[in-house]
Amino acid sequence: MLSEIAFYGAVETGLIYGLVAFGIYISFRVLDFPDLTVDGSFPLGAAVAAILIINGWNPWIATGAAVLAGMAAGAVTAILNVKLNILNLLASILTMIALYSVNLRVMGRPNVALLTEDTVLTPWYDLGLAYHQVPVVLFILVVIVAFILLWRFMKSETGLAMRATGANARMARAQGIATGGMIILGVALSNGLVGLAGALFAQSQGAADVTMGVGVIVIGLASLIGGEAVITPSSVVRALLACVFGAIIYRLAIAFALNADVLGLQAQDLNLITAVLVTLAIVLPGVRTSVMGKLSRKKA
Amino acid sequence: MISASDLRLTFGKGTPLENPALRGMSLTVNQGEFVTVIGSNGAGKSTFLNALAGEVLVDSGEIIVDNTDVTKLPTHKRANRVARVFQDPLAGTCEGLSIEENLALAIKRGQRRGLTTAVKKQYMEKFRESLSSLKLGLENRLGDKMGLLSGGQRQAVSLLMASLTPSSILLLDEHTAALDPKTAAFVLELTQKIIEEQKLTALMVTHSMKQALEVGSRTVMLHQGQVVFDIAGQEREGLEVKDLLGLFEKQRGLSVDDDSLLLG
Repeated sequence: MLSEIAFYGAVETGLIYGLVAFGIYISFRVLDFPDLTVDGSFPLGAAVAAILIINGWNPWIATGAAVLAGMAAGAVTAILNVKLNILNLLASILTMIALYSVNLRVMGRPNVALLTEDTVLTPWYDLGLAYHQVPVVLFILVVIVAFILLWRFMKSETGLAMRATGANARMARAQGIATGGMIILGVALSNGLVGLAGALFAQSQGAADVTMGVGVIVIGLASLIGGEAVITPSSVVRALLACVFGAIIYRLAIAFALNADVLGLQAQDLNLITAVLVTLAIVLPGVRTSVMGKLSRKKA
Repeated sequence: MISASDLRLTFGKGTPLENPALRGMSLTVNQGEFVTVIGSNGAGKSTFLNALAGEVLVDSGEIIVDNTDVTKLPTHKRANRVARVFQDPLAGTCEGLSIEENLALAIKRGQRRGLTTAVKKQYMEKFRESLSSLKLGLENRLGDKMGLLSGGQRQAVSLLMASLTPSSILLLDEHTAALDPKTAAFVLELTQKIIEEQKLTALMVTHSMKQALEVGSRTVMLHQGQVVFDIAGQEREGLEVKDLLGLFEKQRGLSVDDDSLLLG
């Protein structure tokens, strides 16, 4: 079974990927914009935060800078799409590839260690909590703040305009909504959240690495789809809850699969497990509906 | 008042599929007029409406709405002046959003959108009141998703949304064509009622000559991207579909070969 430390570790990473899932919810679900920039903006957030922290900046300011850097990356993708008419998926791949170089430039080397530095987590270790519980507590607070801000935003006039842009662009334009501007704002916001996740991940793991972004999009999507399978996203609140719970459940499922000796799985099987879990998350809701359908037909 | 002069637009210029959709289209619609627009397939009706709305930009010509030149403005910058109902009942509303959210989008048409709550309490009475005028019981279903409504109900709400804030012109693009006859009659009646009550200036494209003569105060017929005739007032009174066809043949020396115009 899962040890306590492995459990907290999984929840901690799950909370970080909850932020990634928020971002992916904005791009994939709200805007219907398949955005792969996140594979680059996650390590970008990590790199920016790490380099500022080792240069003596306040870790919160460094984290804020990581959010801005992520937003800038997202804006580049959206502008390539909106202004230069490059297909959204391709635009995001271009930015993602470019960010690999940018991230190396930002750090000046492939990775930056933060083990001896003060991070956003440092003051929380004095509160008397167990060492492995500290990140979980702080990240729960961060996720709650992000959740409330995002929920309020989606209910605001601008947020509603953004949702209309993704759902029915022609109708949105007819209502006077600048759909291009909404896409730029939304994708920027999405990658800002991913940049935040990257910055927090680097600080909790003690290092930023240029390769840490590989597969972030798949994990984020897995969290989103898995969460939606558990909590039907019929409202904004439910959709956001689905992001967080999906991410935590996903990390727990991975941790469980890797820790259960009976299954005989090892760390290198991670990506295979991911693929299996995503497939299950996509297929299971359909199975559930058809089983329910058969049951109700029998009753009738 | 809305005035279009000498609009020209060619799709696919320089390709084998080159298609001149508008060839010197001119039309002035005065304040408070309700103009019906007819024409066979490919006459340029939809392109004309799209040009007025800003969905397509014309190659040359000028579009003036209430003394403002909007020729080069994109759709969203004209939206404060131009309201629109689409042919497809699914196109005018967002099915994933609730009825009240759709109305909240429409009440801010063409205005700045901020960070305050979109669905405000002070809107509710207005929403309920206008929905109850539809007599569909929708005033009690404000929180329901738009996708739960039928095509006719959605088209009725689209119409309501278009008339929620003042506009210089209301564009109706065959907005009853995709509905069953009974629902189409309901939506048309509602259209007339709203236009009359709010004294709106409207341009309605229709595929039915009969409908074109029965509603509105003026009828124009388009052919090959131009206005071929334009009748109003006494001249239009008592006119029947066969007179309209005669008029068309006389004007162009052509016979109408589009069955849908005759059958409509």
